[in-house]
Amino acid sequence: MKAIRKLLDNIKPTFSKGGKLSFLHSSFDAFETFLFVPDTVTHKGTHIRDSIDLKRTMTMVIIALMPALLFGMWNTGYQHNLSVGANLEFWPTFFYGFLKVLPMVIVSYAVGLGIEFAAAQIRGHEVNEGYLVTGMLIPLIMPVDLPLWMLALSVAFAVIIGKEVFGGTGMNIWNPALLARAFAFYAYPSFMSGDKVWIAGLTKGEGVIDGFSGATPLANAQAGLDIPTFNDMFLGIIPGSVGETSTLAILIGAALLLFTGIASWKIMLSVFAGGLLTGLLLNVLATEGSYMAVPAWNHLVMGGFAFGAVFMATDPVTGSQTERGKWFYGALIGAVAVIIRVFNPGYPEGMMLSILLLNTFAPLIDYVVVQGGIKRRLNRAVIK
Amino acid sequence: MSDHIRLHKGLNIPLAGDAQTQITKRISPDKIAIKPTDFKALNAKLLVKEGDLVKAGTPIFTDKSRPYINYCSPVSGKISEIFRGEKRKLLEIRIDADETIEYLQLTTPNFRTATKQELIETLLESGLWAAFRQRPYGIAPDRDIEPKAIFISGFDSSPLAPDLDFALKADIEQIQIGVDILSKLTAGGVHIGLHATNFASSPFHRLGKVITHTFDGVHPAGNVGVQIHHVSPVNKGEVVWTLDMYTVAAIGRLFTKGIYDVKKLIAVTGPRAHKPSYIECVPGINFSSISEYVNIKGDKNAKEQPLPIRYISGNVLTGDNVGKDGYLGFFHNQITLINEGNYHEMFGWIKPFRMKKFSISRSYFSWLFPKKRYSLDTNLNGGERAFVMTGVYEKVLPMDIYPLYLFKAILAEDIDKMEALGIYEVVEEDFALCEFVCPSKAEIQEIISKGINLMIKEMS
Repeated sequence: MKAIRKLLDNIKPTFSKGGKLSFLHSSFDAFETFLFVPDTVTHKGTHIRDSIDLKRTMTMVIIALMPALLFGMWNTGYQHNLSVGANLEFWPTFFYGFLKVLPMVIVSYAVGLGIEFAAAQIRGHEVNEGYLVTGMLIPLIMPVDLPLWMLALSVAFAVIIGKEVFGGTGMNIWNPALLARAFAFYAYPSFMSGDKVWIAGLTKGEGVIDGFSGATPLANAQAGLDIPTFNDMFLGIIPGSVGETSTLAILIGAALLLFTGIASWKIMLSVFAGGLLTGLLLNVLATEGSYMAVPAWNHLVMGGFAFGAVFMATDPVTGSQTERGKWFYGALIGAVAVIIRVFNPGYPEGMMLSILLLNTFAPLIDYVVVQGGIKRRLNRAVIK
Repeated sequence: MSDHIRLHKGLNIPLAGDAQTQITKRISPDKIAIKPTDFKALNAKLLVKEGDLVKAGTPIFTDKSRPYINYCSPVSGKISEIFRGEKRKLLEIRIDADETIEYLQLTTPNFRTATKQELIETLLESGLWAAFRQRPYGIAPDRDIEPKAIFISGFDSSPLAPDLDFALKADIEQIQIGVDILSKLTAGGVHIGLHATNFASSPFHRLGKVITHTFDGVHPAGNVGVQIHHVSPVNKGEVVWTLDMYTVAAIGRLFTKGIYDVKKLIAVTGPRAHKPSYIECVPGINFSSISEYVNIKGDKNAKEQPLPIRYISGNVLTGDNVGKDGYLGFFHNQITLINEGNYHEMFGWIKPFRMKKFSISRSYFSWLFPKKRYSLDTNLNGGERAFVMTGVYEKVLPMDIYPLYLFKAILAEDIDKMEALGIYEVVEEDFALCEFVCPSKAEIQEIISKGINLMIKEMS
């Protein structure tokens, strides 16, 4: 440890102002602060600071994503083996999925962090930790068979157009990970929807056994076909994007986020409540056998609903920033997601569009809430 | 008359080094300094020069824009140095103090019969007016504007703050006289905030001519700004005055003895303080006179070199880093000694256990040890970032204010928005906890200060 510190101290002047490689200052700083908490001390204002920083905050989110990632790897293998009729032993199954998903994670991080470093360098800022989370989210919300170059392009689009042009982490309007998915969804629709893309190998037509369908429950529901049981969907042994299928794995992550207080419980709860209530309302109005009649609770475990509620809607930068606004923001996400699913045949997955839509309207919700506060201030009594 | 207000938000930072309730030293200072920088928005005009002899109560400087406000010497002695900084900015007027303080004798009117005008003139002349602050802005008030009320906090809830019940129990008669005088200066009454858990045993509980409010909650419940917000918030165009209890006692002494006597009991505290306890002193004492309270060697059991010490005049949230040879600030009632945090910690940000670190967040385990006291240091614990997390500040700010929106209005220099979002109600200290918990390490008190200065400039 001391040797590394010594080495860093030795090469630091090269990267500091006036040094030969000073243009790489941001990158050096990123690596240095990754290895060591910096020795910066407070110089104005409070003399002591809480031990939490953005690095640790973001790390917690990544840890919370681990159950979904690991389950996604296993499920990738499981779905593939199911489709080709191979044996379903745990480790080979997991390993197959691991080899499929790992390149996606690597590409996502390599492209995204590359751009982040370059942007920080150009601005002369420190490299922000925001992409550590985004980079993990993106592979988890993509179909496993998406070609890696498309993934790379989506990441580049999301980071440059979605984030850096607005000024980087903390300044963006839309959730970058969802923007990457939206980009892929509209640019390469045939790789982002249909019955084949959700299972590794299916697009290449690898010996599929008879009667196997790779359709997601959402597609089935739209087509009026049977959907898997609630339990199967809750556990996640269904086709879908890599990390979105298992509500259970997602809820384990949610528990960590809520316990550490990093994600807003108000948003999470209200997304689920909004979706459930809208679903129940549609159930009441539904005619027999239509999509509207799909039991409301199934919406919560189908597709990306749970994943969106836990990891996407709760993004503090793009979500509502007032405590009161968070209730409306979350409830509307849940409601709009279910409405898009049920009434728009073009988009079986409503969650992505719903969150992006509410990202757009979050500032408006906050505006109304803050105006309420301003009115309260104007109206209050002069003295008791 | 009394009412009870319950506050649910806030945080008591578990810093080690509480002062024992005993007086261990009475300091007769050999040198002191008066710092114009202690007073917000003050443009000081010097009235003395180096070598002048002064008494306790002799005006040292006034405010250029309001020359009727005197800022006086707390001791008698000789002006030894007028210390200026960059651009000749006046930083300190240093005085070599006499061994025994000689007071300037003022003729004060009988406080029972004096008119409001006479009382104000006496306060202005004596120098005690400088210790009054008004909301909005936290600056010295105008003599011509009557406040809608006067607020005094009867307890200090900041980290390791002195126990005012202990520090002022001997002055309770003077405080009563001070309160009598203050109650003549406003129609809205003198309001005193007491802590709900021990208000009955507080000496201030028995004060007459006051309106008492009890507050239940953790820091910043003792901040006078928070108390005002819940009793009678400051709206546009309104002015309230705030004082600390020490000043009220000094007002009592002024009108009974005719002297500017600002002696007070302050607490020497902090993890690097040796035998933290109370000392008697005047504002502006040099830190060399508390050298025996500094724990130079640090922790006896530690293997490594002790960390350097940060000498703070005031508390860890709002105080000033004045250094080893610094001087106590005018408004500060405690000295805090803590470790500097200029060290690297490998992978500190991801280590699951950092038992010496405290966090309000449950991503650390400090929530498991609610009674533990920490030797917190000045490490920033991260790097400065854009605002990312939301809902963090709201947890420690017991006011109906949207902090993030106020900060952004200030950063955008949007006067109307700042006004609408409550800039008149706040001063820097109210947001100190927001700054402490901020995961983006923003300098929030600095932002608020910028906002207030902008308001003063634009609204005058």
